[in-house]
Amino acid sequence: MGYVAVKGGTEAIHNASELAEFYRVKDNTTPIDVKQIRTQMRLAIDKVMGEGGIYAPEYAAIALKQAEGDVYEAAFILRAFRTTLQRNYYTEEINTREMFVRRKISASFREIPGGQVLGPTRDYTQRTLDTAKATETTADIHLFLEQVDAKIDPEKLQEINSFGKVIDLLKNEGLLKPIDPSDDRKLVDITREAIKFPAPRSARLQMMARAETGGLMALGYSSQRGFGGVHPTVGELRYGTVPLRVKDASGRLRYIGKIEVTECEMVTGSKPGKKNTPPYFTIGYGLCFGHNETKVICMSTLDSAMRRPELGAPANDQEFVLYHTEGVEAMGFTNHLKLPHYVTFQSILSNTRASVERSKKANLEAEAWRQLASV
Amino acid sequence: MVENIKFSNKYNFAFIDESTKKEIRRKLLKAVAIPGHQVPYSSPEMPISRGWGTGGLHITLALIGRSDVFKIIDQGSDASVNACNLREFVNAMTGCETTFDTSKATLVQTRHRITEEELNENQIIVFQVPLPEPLRMVERYEYKTLQMHAEADYSKMWVSLYEAYVRYGAIMQGSGYPVMVNGRYIMSPSPIPRWDTPNLHQAKTLFLFGAGREKRLYAVPPYTDVEPLEFEDVNFEIEDFSKSACYKTGFKKAFLDELYADDGSQKYVISDSNFLDKIDSEEETHQYTNKYIDQLEAYDVERG
Repeated sequence: MGYVAVKGGTEAIHNASELAEFYRVKDNTTPIDVKQIRTQMRLAIDKVMGEGGIYAPEYAAIALKQAEGDVYEAAFILRAFRTTLQRNYYTEEINTREMFVRRKISASFREIPGGQVLGPTRDYTQRTLDTAKATETTADIHLFLEQVDAKIDPEKLQEINSFGKVIDLLKNEGLLKPIDPSDDRKLVDITREAIKFPAPRSARLQMMARAETGGLMALGYSSQRGFGGVHPTVGELRYGTVPLRVKDASGRLRYIGKIEVTECEMVTGSKPGKKNTPPYFTIGYGLCFGHNETKVICMSTLDSAMRRPELGAPANDQEFVLYHTEGVEAMGFTNHLKLPHYVTFQSILSNTRASVERSKKANLEAEAWRQLASV
Repeated sequence: MVENIKFSNKYNFAFIDESTKKEIRRKLLKAVAIPGHQVPYSSPEMPISRGWGTGGLHITLALIGRSDVFKIIDQGSDASVNACNLREFVNAMTGCETTFDTSKATLVQTRHRITEEELNENQIIVFQVPLPEPLRMVERYEYKTLQMHAEADYSKMWVSLYEAYVRYGAIMQGSGYPVMVNGRYIMSPSPIPRWDTPNLHQAKTLFLFGAGREKRLYAVPPYTDVEPLEFEDVNFEIEDFSKSACYKTGFKKAFLDELYADDGSQKYVISDSNFLDKIDSEEETHQYTNKYIDQLEAYDVERG
C-alpha cells in the first residue's frame, strides 16, 4: 500500500464514522440476528431488494442492520454491492402465468378464474396499535404457528395450481388495444447504458422496477387526483413466487430457483387516436421484487400515464417520472447539499455584492438628479 | 470440494470490473475526440453517494495505473472531508501513492476548483460534475437540449445572459460559467469559480469531466480553445479580490476563501491548500497566468 497523505479532515471523518457506529450500538442491547431481520422485517427487505436492484434477502438484511433501518441507505449499499458482482447469465424472462400465487385480486370483476385470493394482506384490518406485540414471546409464536398448521388440509394442497389471467378475458374479447411492437423491439439494459429520451418501454419499466416506492407513490397519486387524469382499475394484482431459468452453454433451459414478485396489471381506457377508432382498453404494467403492492400499483399507473404525454401532468412526463423517482440518485444528490460549497458561494457572493453596489450607486445618482430638478 | 464463498468478496483493482473500465475509457476517447460534447456512459453504482463525486471516481478508477500518484481536492482543499473519504477509497482499491503536492501528482481529481498551480502535459485533471448540461437552466428537457447541441442552437442561452444583464447590469452567472469549446459546443466547466475558467483555454493538460448521476462524460483536450460566453460590449469577469489579501501570507493573486471568526470579523485565506502551504513556506510555485488576472492592477504587489 502506497503512502496516504493525511490531513485534519481524515481524522475527522474517521471519528465521525466511529461515532455513527457507536450510536448504532450504544444502548448495549442484544444484537439483532440478521435472520430475524430477514424473516420478521419481510416488507422492509423487499423494499431494499427492489430499490437495490438485486434479489438477495440475506444481503438486504445485513444492509438494513448496517444502516440502522434506513431503507434508502440500505438500498444504496445493496446497489453498490451489486455492481461488484460479475454477471454470468441473463435469465430467461419470467412468466407470471406460472406463478405460485399467494395472493391475487381483481377490482374489475366480481369473480375471476380461480377466485379472488386475498392471501396475506393487512388491507382489511383495523390499524390499531397492537401493544401485545411489546411482550410477544417465542412461545406465543409457536402456539400461533401450531394453530395455523392445524387448519391446513394437506389433501387440498395438491389442488393449488397456476391461474389464468384476468387480462386474458379482455384480450380474448378483443377489448385491448393492440400494442405497437416497434416500441418494445430492443431490450435496453439500464444498468449498462444511460437512459435516453424518449425511452423505450423496456427502459421505463426497468427504471420504475428499481425506483423508490415513495417517489412512485407521489406521482402515481398525482395522476389519480387529476394531474393527467389516468383512471385506472386494477385488472389483476398478484403476489407469489415465479421460477427462474437460464440457458446453459448447450442451450438447455435450467431451473435455478424461484423469487417472489408482485405484479399489477392496471386497466385504463386508452385515448382515442384517429377518427373512428374505438376507445380500447390498455394495460399499465407493474412488477417488482418481493411483496410491495403500493409500488406495483403506482408503477402500472405511471406506465399508462407515460404513454400519453400531456402538458402540465408530471406523471405523464417520462423525464420527470424516471429521473426523479430514482431513489439512490435522488437521495445522493439532495444530500450532497451538505458538502461544502463555499467556493461556488464565494462566486455568487462576489456577483451579488457588485450588483447591490451598482443598485446603490444608481439610487444615489437618481436622488441627485431629483434634487437637481427640484432646485 | 466446493469452496464456501458466501460473504467472501474480493474487489478488482480500482474497484470497477475491467470490461466496464474499458467502456468508460472508450467513452472518454470519444469525449476527447469531440471536445465539449457530452457522451452518455454506463455509470455503475459506487459505494459513494450519487452526487458526491461518482463521475469523477469512474474516470479516475478507469484510468489509474499502479504507478500513478493521486491527488484529490474539494473546494481547493486536500483536507476537505469528502475528498479525504474518496482519497482513502482510491488508495484502498489501488494501493496507489497519494499526495497533496500538485506538481507531484499524475492524476488530480477535483470538485469546484482547478489547482492554482499550472498543470502540465504529463498530468490529467478529473472534474466531479453535478450538472453536465449547461443548457439545463434554459431548457429542462434532455431530449430538447440534445437537439439544441446537435444544431448548435444556443439562442436561448444567449438570451438568458442578455436578460441577466438587463435586469442586474451584469451576467450574473457565478461558478460554472458556461464556455464555448473549440468554437462548437457550449459546455459547463463544472462549478469552478470564474477565476479558474480562463485556465481551461489552450491549457497543457487534459481536462476530463465526469457526471456520474447524470451519466455523462466530456473532455477538453490540451491546447483547445475554451472561451467564456460574453458579448462584444459586456464581458466575462472574474471574481474581484482586489480589496483583500490572504491573512496568512499577504498574497493577493489567488482565489481566496472568506472566513469569519467567532467575533464576526472577516478575513481571507488562499483557497488552494497546497498552494497556500507552498507560499507560506516560500517554496517555488508555477501559477497559471491569464489575461484576466494580469489585467487586475491590484495584484501588482504579491506580498503585503
